[in-house]
Amino acid sequence: MTTEVGSETEVKKDSEQLGPDKAKDNPEEASETPENQKSRETPSEEAQDSSSVPAPTSQSSPSSQKKEKASPESKGISRFLPPWLKKQKSYTLAEPKDETKKRTTGEQQVVEESECQAPDRIAQPQKSLEEAAAENQHNAKADDKEEKHSVSSAETQPAKEDGKEREVEKVAKEKEEKQAEKEKRETKEVQTAEIKTESIPQKSPKKIKTVQCKVMLLDGTEYSCDLEKRAKGQVLFDKVCEHLNLLEKDYFGLLFYENSDQKNWLDSSKEIKRQIRSLPWIFAFNVKFYPPDPSQLTEDITRYFLCLQLRQDIASGRLPCSFVTHALLGSYTLQAELGDHDPEEHRSDYISEFQFAPNQTQEMEEKVAELHKTHRGLTPAQADSQFLENAKRLSMYGVDLHHAKDSEGVDIMLGVCANGLLIYKDRLRINRFAWPKILKISYKRSNFYIKVRPAELEQFESTIGFKLPNHRAAKRLWKVCVEHHTFFRLVSPEQPPKAKFLTLGSKFRYSGRTQAQTRQASNLIDRPAPYFERTSSKRVSRSLDGAPMGISDQGLLRDFPATGGQAAGDKIIDIEAAGQAKLKEGGREEDGSPVKTPQLELTQDGKSNSLRVDGENIYVRHSNLMLEDLDKTQDDLLKHQASISELKRNFMESTPEPRPNEWEKRRITPLSLQTQGKGDHIFQVKTLPGKEKQWTAMPWIAGAKPEETNKSLEEEITSILFSKEGFRAGTGGPFAAASVGPAEGAAGEETAASAAPPPQRHATRAEGPCTGVSDADKSSHETLDIVEEKKQAEVGIEETLVVDETNKGKMQVATDAGETCKVEHLSKKDSSSLPSDSSSSSSSSESEDEEVGEYQPHHRAIEEVIREEQEEEEDMKKKEHEEKIQHVEATPEGSKLNVPVEHTQVTAEDLVQENAVTIATEEKNLSEEIKQDLGEEKEEEQLKLNGDVSHVDIDVAPQIICCSEPPVVKTEMVTISDATQRTEISTKEVPIVQTETKTITYESPQFDGSAGGNAGVLLSAQTITSESISTTTTTHITKMVKGGVSETRIEKRIVITGDADIDHDEALAQAIKEAKEQHPDMSVTRVVVHKETELAEEDEE
Amino acid sequence: CRQALRRAPGPEVDFARAEREHQLYVGVLRGKLGLQVLELPADESLPDCAFVEDAAVVCEETALVTRPGAPSRRKEVEAVKRVLESLNLNIVEMIDENATLDGGDVLFTGREFFVGLSRRTNQRGAEILADTFKDYAVSTVPVHDALHLKSFCSMAGPNLIAIGSSEAAQKALKTMQQMSDHRYDKLTVPDDAAANCIYLNIPSKGHVLLHRAPEEYPESAKVFEKLKDHMLIPIANTELDKVDGSLTCCSVLINKTSEL
Repeated sequence: MTTEVGSETEVKKDSEQLGPDKAKDNPEEASETPENQKSRETPSEEAQDSSSVPAPTSQSSPSSQKKEKASPESKGISRFLPPWLKKQKSYTLAEPKDETKKRTTGEQQVVEESECQAPDRIAQPQKSLEEAAAENQHNAKADDKEEKHSVSSAETQPAKEDGKEREVEKVAKEKEEKQAEKEKRETKEVQTAEIKTESIPQKSPKKIKTVQCKVMLLDGTEYSCDLEKRAKGQVLFDKVCEHLNLLEKDYFGLLFYENSDQKNWLDSSKEIKRQIRSLPWIFAFNVKFYPPDPSQLTEDITRYFLCLQLRQDIASGRLPCSFVTHALLGSYTLQAELGDHDPEEHRSDYISEFQFAPNQTQEMEEKVAELHKTHRGLTPAQADSQFLENAKRLSMYGVDLHHAKDSEGVDIMLGVCANGLLIYKDRLRINRFAWPKILKISYKRSNFYIKVRPAELEQFESTIGFKLPNHRAAKRLWKVCVEHHTFFRLVSPEQPPKAKFLTLGSKFRYSGRTQAQTRQASNLIDRPAPYFERTSSKRVSRSLDGAPMGISDQGLLRDFPATGGQAAGDKIIDIEAAGQAKLKEGGREEDGSPVKTPQLELTQDGKSNSLRVDGENIYVRHSNLMLEDLDKTQDDLLKHQASISELKRNFMESTPEPRPNEWEKRRITPLSLQTQGKGDHIFQVKTLPGKEKQWTAMPWIAGAKPEETNKSLEEEITSILFSKEGFRAGTGGPFAAASVGPAEGAAGEETAASAAPPPQRHATRAEGPCTGVSDADKSSHETLDIVEEKKQAEVGIEETLVVDETNKGKMQVATDAGETCKVEHLSKKDSSSLPSDSSSSSSSSESEDEEVGEYQPHHRAIEEVIREEQEEEEDMKKKEHEEKIQHVEATPEGSKLNVPVEHTQVTAEDLVQENAVTIATEEKNLSEEIKQDLGEEKEEEQLKLNGDVSHVDIDVAPQIICCSEPPVVKTEMVTISDATQRTEISTKEVPIVQTETKTITYESPQFDGSAGGNAGVLLSAQTITSESISTTTTTHITKMVKGGVSETRIEKRIVITGDADIDHDEALAQAIKEAKEQHPDMSVTRVVVHKETELAEEDEE
Repeated sequence: CRQALRRAPGPEVDFARAEREHQLYVGVLRGKLGLQVLELPADESLPDCAFVEDAAVVCEETALVTRPGAPSRRKEVEAVKRVLESLNLNIVEMIDENATLDGGDVLFTGREFFVGLSRRTNQRGAEILADTFKDYAVSTVPVHDALHLKSFCSMAGPNLIAIGSSEAAQKALKTMQQMSDHRYDKLTVPDDAAANCIYLNIPSKGHVLLHRAPEEYPESAKVFEKLKDHMLIPIANTELDKVDGSLTCCSVLINKTSEL
């Protein structure tokens, strides 16, 4: 760190010195493609470096930070150039900087290389081909690697620091490091993606097909540029922001309209072409996330664009306000754009050029003019700030409205805002669901659902459905909710799904920075206030100084003098304040929740024995986190928990386990308190062993889990890698069913118990895919705990998790549970009728398939959606199950009420295990078994038989319920006949923390096998391990005979080990391919990918 | 006021005492607090005319003249409207015949409106209020077992909601808390009627709170007395209380600077 920091400072100096030259160079270079590429790379590199030093906290932010830093570094024109421009335009800039730093090209190269590491990895070939610099990079690759490591370490350190700050250092450094790595990876990935897109067009502009696209800017002008046809949204967005010289760009987005009124946000992580399809390449640059407190924005230019957006919103009527407010806001607009009122120049009609309101009257204009006179002396920036201070109080500020109907067909409006979801009937607010109150968001066809935390006196969460005009509208609303939730509630976004090995749908996730991250990043902005022209600034405006200022002067004045006297100080203060605020915020949210959690965890650990304490702590965490009514519910839950509490405690304790934390961190928030759980793990182990065994009995068919892959290939891979753990659990699980499995599982369990890492493993298993059923129990518990912890750690996560967690965890869990439930139901129902079919599981699988199929087409690969749907279905199923099975009901309820973890455990374990068992083992027996299982699960030991027999893999995915209160562990009973697609989908669907996974391939009697499998006899089980350079494949083959039908299950654990250099995605894809090729007769039912960077590496065999 | 509408039969109103209490009420506002008080002439044909709050909702520069839910009170608004017009407020009239709104159902917190949906106020009335005050969120709160929303609650400070202890009051508070993006402090008093108080922020006086007298609601008065930052002025309202009249009912507070 120190060295890097030094270099940065040096760089800054150099940049300052060289600034003008650089600036000069930039424009020239900008046009040049190769240079651009280089420059792009360099910026990323720089960004990384810079990020590592200054802003370790946010992975996503690094690029921004880099940009920011870069900007300050390069004085002169470079300042004004947006980061991307700098990057693109100036490899030279970067070089000079580097040179200045080291004053040696070689050094520069190294720097570049180091910077470009991520990109290099991804697009090394491209770079090499394209750029000589690429050569340098290649040359320096080794160096880069080293640098990378160093960088990574540096990054990790900052991350750690941040984490400490946030979480109060409770989280283990290792965890942080892991997170940091993860973050790094993510950032790298993003960067690489960007680089790729950019580099491609630049490199071979002639070869590549370009499309001209137009972007309508907020000031009414149009920006057009040529984009490579396959460019991703990020490329265009960056170009636009560069054009606008906008650094705090995370609040903004690009819109494209289908039909007239259907506005869609361009997903920056996806190809533009795929999003707009046949629509013209016309976009609108708009504010996407309205900052609740615009005064916390760092730069005036950002506020200016927000003002422009709001003026548009107000003039169009989207943002209603009263006459007085119209007049007041209008007067500030005049002051900002025209300066002080000049009786000579500003005649009566000067106002008519502006539109302040949808229905602008003479009276209003007079009022505007009257108020304008009172603003004398306000600088444009001050006027904008006043404008925003008034606009932000408007009740509809930042509310994105969607037409819908309620369950009774009454027209209502759903408003998505920073705080949650608002329900309007006409203009009246008739309900409101704050993010912490929402456990899950989903859509199915044209229906949009929210699952709401139970009220104080209620025991059950309720699901509220809304009918939207069509499927696309429902999806749009859902995406907006996911994005808003992530942006405003989470500390860091859930990792965007990287790999698309399987053509399963792509999960949608908000991939940008969260508000917390963007604030942190923007705190680092230290460029001189950029000059920009306000719309009417062309007219002579008078600054505060009173002297007519040139436009440029005005800009400067604004930033410096105008604000100057005040502004300069203000800015500084603001920055400080912002920093403090951030810190405070961070501290509040992060620290508060995390700290609390850690403390709680610690206490828990210490008290590991006392279940109640843990549960309470958990609740406290939740409550602290943000949950509004958690305390009450918690109490209720505690009451209910009683028996469950123990399990929960165990889980809770176990949850802190590092791996889960890692996952959580990665997924949800970078920082998590994983370390805490070690002691807990032990407890878990103790309690869990029985469960684990049972779970182990459960078949794991986790070749690779696509879902996780979606989340993050690396993570997935790592998770896969975790197979170590997974091996234990997983092998134990699936194979355990065979025989070896149990032993392994037991071993794994034991190990887990013995060491904190093992618990992590368990957690990972659970998260990842499917740690075996037995594992699933533990894992589920763990995962749940993890989820909670994550939530806590993430601070913002409480609610934040709602989406992510809910989606992922819940989805997974739900799906699993739902599946299992389905299976159970089916089994129950079918048990009598299905004997011929032999497997209720088959029916269940069918049902799942159907769901998937339905959703898939509609949603096209929206895993989340599917997940959600599944979850919902699952929930429904669960309910049904509950109804059917009293035991089950009791447990789930209690679990729900008590602790999410418990819930997960209880529900997941009980339901899943039971379900799985029932399904897998014997449908007929299902009910009994389930009951037994429940008891067993609780008892933890009986299940082995079930697990062994049952092929059902119980994936316990911790649902990311906002509060984590009721994380529903969904145990998927996937008895997939041939539903590779289905399975894939399901897996993908499974949310972040997934413990899922099984790829169960039933041969001819697949369905039957599944059903029969439950009651089947284990014929043989074998484990084969093969290794290659970077991958270790462990294959478990289990043959079962169920009702005369033989079932062969092959579970492959592929551990991909390697440095960042290895393309994990490719490796995983290759592994999956091979698996398919090797067993053409079989179908891949589940792919679970666990990515763990450091941990994974460490853990990896 | 003797024939005033009442929700339930009760003891006879001592008109003389009611008048004394009302004079005290006005005296406090005018004399002690230095407010300019415009008194409307009593109209014996309108027995509920003392409760001017229900006839108008005034916020900032805009006054919404309501359409009271009780048909017998519809004429009350005319006198109120004339006075408001004289104050140069932007007058919005509730013309829609499907709309009813009593000012007693409107709680303005300074940040947003809550409108009680009671027997006197309906959805349409609330919508018109929302259209009138577009800057603010308007949330609806079902009101049961009480005449008005403000029969059991009111603002007792800039961010403080005084709320009664009855089930209906607590339920309404829950609703309001859920509907709001803002977190309000709450001041729970044992008696619903005592939760209706008048809060004023007068530049020269600071936080002023008119609340029911200890003789009426001793327990609730104790709660108010814990407000250290407020200038507390107990006011008896025993007689109008018999006809469901509360403190806020008898006045419409208008923030209008010195123009008058």
